[in-house]
Amino acid sequence: MPDTAAPARAKPRLRPGDRVFSGSALAAGTLILAILAGVAAFLIIESVPVVTTDPKDINILDGQPFWSYVAPLVFGTLWSSAIALLMAVPVSIGIALFISHYAPRRLAQGLGYIIDLLAAVPSVVFGLWGGNVLAPAIQPLYSWLTEHLGWIPLFAGPASGTGRTILTASIVLAVMVLPIITALCREVFLQTPVLHEEAALALGATRWEMIRTAVLPFGRPGIISASMLGLGRALGETMAVAMVLSSSGGITLALLTSSNPGTIAANIALRFAEAFGTNINLLIATGLILFAITLVVNMIARWIIGRRREFSGAN
Amino acid sequence: MSKRIEVRDLDVYYGKFKAVEGITLNIEPRSVTAFIGPSGCGKSTFIRTLNRMHEVIPGAWVDGEVLIDGSNLYEAGVDPVLVRRQVGMVFQRPNPFPTMSIRENVLAGVKLNNKRLSKSDADDLVERSLKGANLWNEVKDRLEKPGSGISGGQQQRLCIARAIAVQPDVLLMDEPCSALDPISTLAIEDLIEELKTEYTIVIVTHNMQQASRVSDRTAFFNIAGTGQPGKLIEYDDTSTIFSNPSEQSTEDYVSGKFG
Repeated sequence: MPDTAAPARAKPRLRPGDRVFSGSALAAGTLILAILAGVAAFLIIESVPVVTTDPKDINILDGQPFWSYVAPLVFGTLWSSAIALLMAVPVSIGIALFISHYAPRRLAQGLGYIIDLLAAVPSVVFGLWGGNVLAPAIQPLYSWLTEHLGWIPLFAGPASGTGRTILTASIVLAVMVLPIITALCREVFLQTPVLHEEAALALGATRWEMIRTAVLPFGRPGIISASMLGLGRALGETMAVAMVLSSSGGITLALLTSSNPGTIAANIALRFAEAFGTNINLLIATGLILFAITLVVNMIARWIIGRRREFSGAN
Repeated sequence: MSKRIEVRDLDVYYGKFKAVEGITLNIEPRSVTAFIGPSGCGKSTFIRTLNRMHEVIPGAWVDGEVLIDGSNLYEAGVDPVLVRRQVGMVFQRPNPFPTMSIRENVLAGVKLNNKRLSKSDADDLVERSLKGANLWNEVKDRLEKPGSGISGGQQQRLCIARAIAVQPDVLLMDEPCSALDPISTLAIEDLIEELKTEYTIVIVTHNMQQASRVSDRTAFFNIAGTGQPGKLIEYDDTSTIFSNPSEQSTEDYVSGKFG
């Protein structure tokens, strides 16, 4: 929230530069709130007909209640993003630490550049790669896993013949969110005060111990923020998931079968072209749910960061 | 616990630049040795070579020997990590870990050295180290508070507590009071006086009164000009350096004629 009310009583002499700057800052702050409110209002208003209309009159629902239609999509969205994050965050932290603390300077620069480049690849390209290259290539591994480790619920069979499973989609998502998390973590790690690193080294810390005592705790809020930005991208990713995932199933923990839950964003993209009437409202209502999920996830992240504010070193 | 330091013909380089040249001196155990000299004369660079902390700076390297109780720090195969566990260091600006509580800060070094420490042993060590740093009475009721939440002088004493908790043989202090007010400075100076009964202490200072107050021996460093290496000009008992130095430049410096 921008702090708007400047005390009028004191009447400080406002110079033109100050006035222009505070005015434009205020306008920018207000604008972002207005856009957010506008989006929320649009989603809510357009979603109303879904509640008021009989589910039988909405083709896509095909008689089932709204929530039982949305539930697998919500699950698929959260599940695929969570798996993606689980894979991407440790790798990102590793790459970021390598760039910031291990690699020779010249290599680090080149590597950082490549990571940034990866962030600029359009999601359609990732979708094509995931569907046409990764899925067939990884399918044998899936078959092997279901055969030998099928007793673990995650790897329950039968394996998908195409490889277009939720795990494949999650891997693609992980590759997509990797650059942003890496780039942010790298910046945060580079900000670690040299004083704290030297404090750890002077106590007889090895390089890894120095990273554990000084760099990672200092970067923790940054790592969480970076992960949340990555999660935001994974939750909302549309094209790549739509192109990779063959979604036909409901809620299941099995990662390797051909019946996978879809995700909200991909579902909207796949269905929107041929939707009409209240079907459009239905899809927008699922969009509202996605909006709410993103808000909740971000609030949780804020709460986690705020919990240890005292120890952030900001005081 | 305290050990003798012998430096033999030590040169320190940053890449191709020779920052310090030809240092030879002996530091006795259970004594306080002060390094004084104008800015840029290499005293901070030199003190860092006594626990290989200069290696943190890219491109820094040394030529020569530093012997602690006879064993050379720069012999092939010596692990700098082990050297630093033996030779502790306190920095110019207080640098407690902001993400740790006061208690965790004191234990930070010990937790690196041996992972397992019972709760009661840890409590004892925290109390002993904080008492050793004259900080216990001020923080005993808020050990779980962040280390960055206390005053600058207290933070610096916390850093000393953290350094002595690992029981080093030598304690290096690089201008430990330069960021502190006079009262906190006095507290640290009193502490140095007490610590020297157990540790070999080397302190870099810009404050000549401080050098004359706390140290037994004083080394004066100087630099011939910009781009020249710093050299050890004179090394003697503190009283001699301040009252009857044998070098003209030492006298000029301690009497305030330059620097």
